[in-house]
Amino acid sequence: MGYRCRKCSGDSVINMRQHRLALCEDHFIEWVQKHAAEFIRKHRMLEPEDRVLVAVSGGKDSLSLWSILLDLGYQADGIYIDLGIDRDRDESGYSKRSLQYAVEFAQSVSPRAKLHVLDIKAVYGRSVTEIARGGMGAKRKYCSACGLVKRHELNRMTRELGYAVLATGHNLDDEAAVLMGNSLNWEVEYMARQALVLPASSTGLVKKVKPLARFYEREMAAYAIVRGIPYIMEECPFSEGATSLGYKEVLNSMERKSSGTKLKFYFEFLKAKKKGLLPNYVPPELRLCEKCGEPTGSTGLCAFCRLIERPARPVGVDTLE
Amino acid sequence: MIKVSFKGAEHTLEGNTTVRKIIAALGLNPESVLAMRDGKLIVNETFIGKEAEIRLISVVSGG
Ligand code: SF4
Ligand SMILES: [Zn+2]
Ligand SMILES: [Zn+2]
Repeated sequence: MGYRCRKCSGDSVINMRQHRLALCEDHFIEWVQKHAAEFIRKHRMLEPEDRVLVAVSGGKDSLSLWSILLDLGYQADGIYIDLGIDRDRDESGYSKRSLQYAVEFAQSVSPRAKLHVLDIKAVYGRSVTEIARGGMGAKRKYCSACGLVKRHELNRMTRELGYAVLATGHNLDDEAAVLMGNSLNWEVEYMARQALVLPASSTGLVKKVKPLARFYEREMAAYAIVRGIPYIMEECPFSEGATSLGYKEVLNSMERKSSGTKLKFYFEFLKAKKKGLLPNYVPPELRLCEKCGEPTGSTGLCAFCRLIERPARPVGVDTLE
Repeated sequence: MIKVSFKGAEHTLEGNTTVRKIIAALGLNPESVLAMRDGKLIVNETFIGKEAEIRLISVVSGG
């Protein structure tokens, strides 16, 4: 029993209520790839000859994205940033376990694609956990430090390794959660900046794209499973209590009562933006950081360099959130 | 009886129901999980008989 695939009436593996569409394994894979290809083309994310760098975390979204881009014929390599994160805050177990999944996938697609690995502790002498501890005692300091390090290093590596575009695995639920946070706080500037494509700048910002932003998170987990891509199911120890998780929960309970809520919330936002309902986003004037040469809005050192230059606090002074 | 595993914990429930009801019985949102039986994904509308082993997977990640 159960729902039949709309295309072949075989056993369906997923029912996407917001599209009123149930599909079997083969037709679901075909559907995802077809719609990813259309989405990429429609929003001019990638040109066929572009060398693409995929930001890989070892999770379902980024590994599915890498797999999809390769299946669509793109020249796509991966980069894993080893942040050195773990539950007990002095080891890097979580990051190392995540890396294993990235490596495993990379081996399965070698030599067609390669994986670059950047170890933050090896390059800067401290893991993100240790860097964050040097910073202010703010709530969620690990995530702020982590986000800053990832943004900086992904931009730098994409440019230095000579890739045309950086692709990230943000799904629709990720984007809708960000939008919800920004709407609740009326952060109109942030909303104006939230886009599927961020163009390259003459000052050295690389082009960034989100090819999975039309898919629900649930679909991406299903995609990884049906494609037989092992991914890390364990959560980052610092994600506990993250506001984005709270927004996702709220959005999913609305989705449960009324399917299509998330899809509509996000896509109507994109449409409204296109119609000019939000102020035009004017990127700030950027200079180059005196130390690392990355683009920055501030004079002197960029936020990343200021963060990693802070002296480490002695262990034991760390305040737990 | 059906056995349901989720995040390392095992639950035992009465059979003859749908996946959607099993998910709800555990206090979970069907939008936030996927269900598997015999290593295959099954849709929430699937009817489950008296005996089965079901695995639920959380699809939400954050940070
Ligand atoms: S949850 Fe926070 S610390 Fe963990 S990977 Fe995400 S942003 Fe980084
Ligand atoms: Zn089919
Ligand atoms: Zn700098």
